[in-house]
Amino acid sequence: MAVQNETGDPPAKSRGGSVPSFVYDPVVRGYVFQFLLAAVLVWLAWDIASNTAENLQRANIASGFGFFDDRAGFEIAQSLITYSSDSSYGDAFIVGLLNTLLIAVLGIIFATIIGFLVGIARLAPNWMLRKVATVYVEIFRNIPVLLQLLFWYKAVLSVLPQPRNGIEMPFGANLSNRGMIIPRFIPQDGFAIVVIGFAIAVVAAIVIARWAHARQMATGQQFKTMRVVLALIIGVPVLLYLVTGMPLEVEYPVLTGFNFRGGIALKPEFIALLLGLSIYTAAFIAEIVRAGIKAVSWGQSEAAYALGIRPSLTTRLVVIPQAMRVIIPPLTSQFLNLTKNSSLAVAIGYPDLVSVFSGTVLNQTGQAVEVIIITMAVYLTLSLSTAAFMNWFNSRMRLVER
Amino acid sequence: MKNTFIPVLAGAVVAMTAVSAANAATLDDVKKKGFVQCGVSTGLAGFSNPDDKGEWTGLDVDYCRAVASAIFDDPKAVKFSPLSAKERFTALQSGEVDILSRNTTWTMSRDTQMGLAFVGVTYYDGQGFMIPKSLGVSSAKEIDGASVCVQTGTTTELNLSDYFKANGMTFNPVVLEKLEEVNAAYDAGRCDVYTTDASGLYAIRLTMSKPDDHMVLPEIISKEPLGPAVRQGDDQWFALNKWVYFALLNAEEMGITQANVEEMKTSENPNIKRLLGVDGDFGASVGLSADWAVKVIKGVGNYGEIFARNVGTETPLGIERGQNALWTEGGLQYAPPVR
Amino acid sequence: MTTQSISYVSTAEIPSSPPPGNAKGFPAWARQNLFATPLNSLTTILIGLFLAWALPPILNFLIFDAVWFGDSREACIVEGAGACWAFVNAKFGQFIYGRYPLDERWRVDLVFILFVIGLVPIAIPKVPYKGWNALYLLLVFPILAFILLCGGFFGLEAVETSLWGGLLVTLVVAVTGIAASLPLGVLLALGRQSKMPVIKMASVIFIEFWRGVPLITVLFMSSVMLPLFLPPGTNFDKLLRALVGVALFSSAYMAEVIRGGLQAIPKGQYEGAAAMGLGYWPSMYLIILPQALKIVIPGIVNSFIALFKDTSLVLIIGIFDLLGIVQLNFTDPNWASPVTPATGYIFTAAVFWVFCFGMSRYSLFVERRLDTGHKR
Repeated sequence: MAVQNETGDPPAKSRGGSVPSFVYDPVVRGYVFQFLLAAVLVWLAWDIASNTAENLQRANIASGFGFFDDRAGFEIAQSLITYSSDSSYGDAFIVGLLNTLLIAVLGIIFATIIGFLVGIARLAPNWMLRKVATVYVEIFRNIPVLLQLLFWYKAVLSVLPQPRNGIEMPFGANLSNRGMIIPRFIPQDGFAIVVIGFAIAVVAAIVIARWAHARQMATGQQFKTMRVVLALIIGVPVLLYLVTGMPLEVEYPVLTGFNFRGGIALKPEFIALLLGLSIYTAAFIAEIVRAGIKAVSWGQSEAAYALGIRPSLTTRLVVIPQAMRVIIPPLTSQFLNLTKNSSLAVAIGYPDLVSVFSGTVLNQTGQAVEVIIITMAVYLTLSLSTAAFMNWFNSRMRLVER
Repeated sequence: MKNTFIPVLAGAVVAMTAVSAANAATLDDVKKKGFVQCGVSTGLAGFSNPDDKGEWTGLDVDYCRAVASAIFDDPKAVKFSPLSAKERFTALQSGEVDILSRNTTWTMSRDTQMGLAFVGVTYYDGQGFMIPKSLGVSSAKEIDGASVCVQTGTTTELNLSDYFKANGMTFNPVVLEKLEEVNAAYDAGRCDVYTTDASGLYAIRLTMSKPDDHMVLPEIISKEPLGPAVRQGDDQWFALNKWVYFALLNAEEMGITQANVEEMKTSENPNIKRLLGVDGDFGASVGLSADWAVKVIKGVGNYGEIFARNVGTETPLGIERGQNALWTEGGLQYAPPVR
Repeated sequence: MTTQSISYVSTAEIPSSPPPGNAKGFPAWARQNLFATPLNSLTTILIGLFLAWALPPILNFLIFDAVWFGDSREACIVEGAGACWAFVNAKFGQFIYGRYPLDERWRVDLVFILFVIGLVPIAIPKVPYKGWNALYLLLVFPILAFILLCGGFFGLEAVETSLWGGLLVTLVVAVTGIAASLPLGVLLALGRQSKMPVIKMASVIFIEFWRGVPLITVLFMSSVMLPLFLPPGTNFDKLLRALVGVALFSSAYMAEVIRGGLQAIPKGQYEGAAAMGLGYWPSMYLIILPQALKIVIPGIVNSFIALFKDTSLVLIIGIFDLLGIVQLNFTDPNWASPVTPATGYIFTAAVFWVFCFGMSRYSLFVERRLDTGHKR
């Protein structure tokens, strides 16, 4: 059609032509294409569903979600909720999900901290610091994360001693190849008061910060917000803790028989996973941070200096806020990547969602279809909701032009 | 989203897909393609393990070779698919393999909910514990509080919980997906105890960096009847597999070996005559020739020979016949007669 | 009023004097870059100490104490031994080819060579005939590679994919993923920009779905669920199933990269194409895509890097890629020693690193080359 247009007679092709061919009408074509696509999709979905149903029935495999209430019968190494082999598969699912969330949240925190430090170091005036940061980034982002996890796991295991000759750490903690055992604090009666006090202090701090900000905007008077807020958040709980008679009991780990009893154990799998994910993701975050800071024009800093603003304040008030706008969108996708990469826990035996649910539960029930669909749905929900939150946050940070 | 469809379609067209109608007549299908597709483990010494040249050996492997011998008179007409614990059932259900011979425990739920039909028990096993000798433990009752290495997706994982619970003990599970990973974790000292089927423990002990530093505790905490399985819904294939297994046992009981099977054809014993197809044609009913059992025994030997060759006392594993002796010798291996 | 007395303008050029001694050479550089401020000096000293502490053991392990030659674990099991390169040396063939039959390995080498012949000219901007080159890489090469690697035609012995392994599998998965994800990604990106609601919705759902789930669940799906989706009796090769999963997964990421390029094309280009009377496909093919793809080449290379690293995940579903085969060999009793795993991991990491670092440098090079006409 396009070729004809160049050679052929223009009037015959005019839109209002007397012979409007259906085939060439873009609107009609559009409907036809869409209808065809929809038909193919529906047929495909139906085909898959019917094949699956037939396969499952033919092979006499149980289906449905009834297995969620059945007794699980296996133990899980690390659980944030009460779980035993008497719990149900549904409980096992929650344990796995919480473990995934735990590693994702901690990993994001560590990766962000390391990433920002390294990213800033890559722009540091010191040549040596710059080079070390560059080497860090180039090494860690060019090696598969799975390989790094396996390496850390093996490294952690081979370096640490048996629990009998574990390394004594401060505060009664102990480091061995069973992990890092730290004392556990058990709240006694009255500890609730401390928690409530802490919550009130946080609320009060937010109110004060808002008030101080509003006052500064209105009058230009500054207020030592940081000091007051810190005093509130730290002081109030400590004071209440002392007043209520120190309602925390410390449970120290004790070596009995094979292993430590009591305390909280950070398992080697957990440590290796956290280490590996944080170090890997931090390399990417560092690059994002560097690009973000470089994206802020040097003129901005110069202008700030011309106004007499000190370098440290310039960085905090001029450069970083502008850099954050560039940093946040790619940072979000790194957070999501970390969350998704946490599923590699299955390779080193950390009981995350994939390991517990699409590993053990899938094997014990044999219901591959249901289990995999649920697992995917969980990650999809996590991804989409994080993306939605970050979009909202991003739109708040966006440049408001006057 | 026709895009999902294109690769699937393209994939189906590509010649490396083996499209086969595995519906009912598995045997016809196998005969057509010229080999038996057999699902085995990714490597467990004595049961299914590739040697240096990539040839598969082991008890589970020999069972598949026996089936191939019965059909094709060629123990090499087998292709092996190494399967993880997780993949194994789907692989069988979907027709990827014709037989699953992968030290799999026969349980009720696997029989009823997962579409498996167990052929028989080629190895009576039970779950045991292995520990480093340096711990100075002599009984499984003393391992309260230990860290236990276990492979995920096995009955072992469930038995372990039950055992500790029943004895009022606690443990820290270290659960890994792959056998090699579990071995490595135990070898690295990540856990105090390794648990799996006792036969597996003997095999795994050999792969440790210092095998003599480890011992298997005497307690057996479960029944683990291991055997090959086929898909439900194909009675002919099921019967064929069952009788290949029975033929191996009957041959041992009658003293027929790989070496003397030709002479035995001339035997006057009516039982031997029926088994070897000299008298009657029992093979036809399962789609085989009359001398099917001769082919089997010529191909792989009788059950006793297979056992001795792969796991017996003469091998590095050094496992006694024990429960796996014939019923005539106080064991549990018993086959119905050919009649 | 003519005064000539003030003509002190020199007629000869005064030679420029050398910079002061402390403003050139290493001392000056060091002062500016290493010891500019007290804090700066402190940082330098601390890092220097750290390197002095960390580097010698690493170098000792990798080079000076390393065992370079040997026939078995005996060589590496000695006290204080560093990396056991003898292990890598002995197993090198396996790491590259997996269990591919020894006599047939020339076929793999030939495929590697064919691939390089296609790749090198397309990567160098100056070489002409890019169109034919791309045709070779995307159409001729895959067919040749398939025939050579799988065999079964022209008297070549058939080699099952379960025997493939090592770097061969890593490259097969990566190259297939890349080759399949480009066209799929273009279609999806166009679909997402489409004005037809059904097509747009389908593309968005497809892209967001694959981007929202971890690759490992995709691989689980392809290894455990895909067989159940197909008509009874249909059977897929295990490697092929993984390839389908990887291709779909990476096409979603590719689509997003290409969408970025499409969005960067000014509206005038679309309007110009329409004004020329070009239909949708001609205008895309002749006007929009050439420009859009050109801007996103760095992005495309970056997603290649990501995909290349992600190929290592196939080991979790029991396909022995480079990492998988290296790990498998740790259990070889003939080579089991305390340093074997570390050596194997370092070797694998180095191989991956060389590929990924090379690709990222190439992406930088292209970025700089392209950084000409598009800045406004």
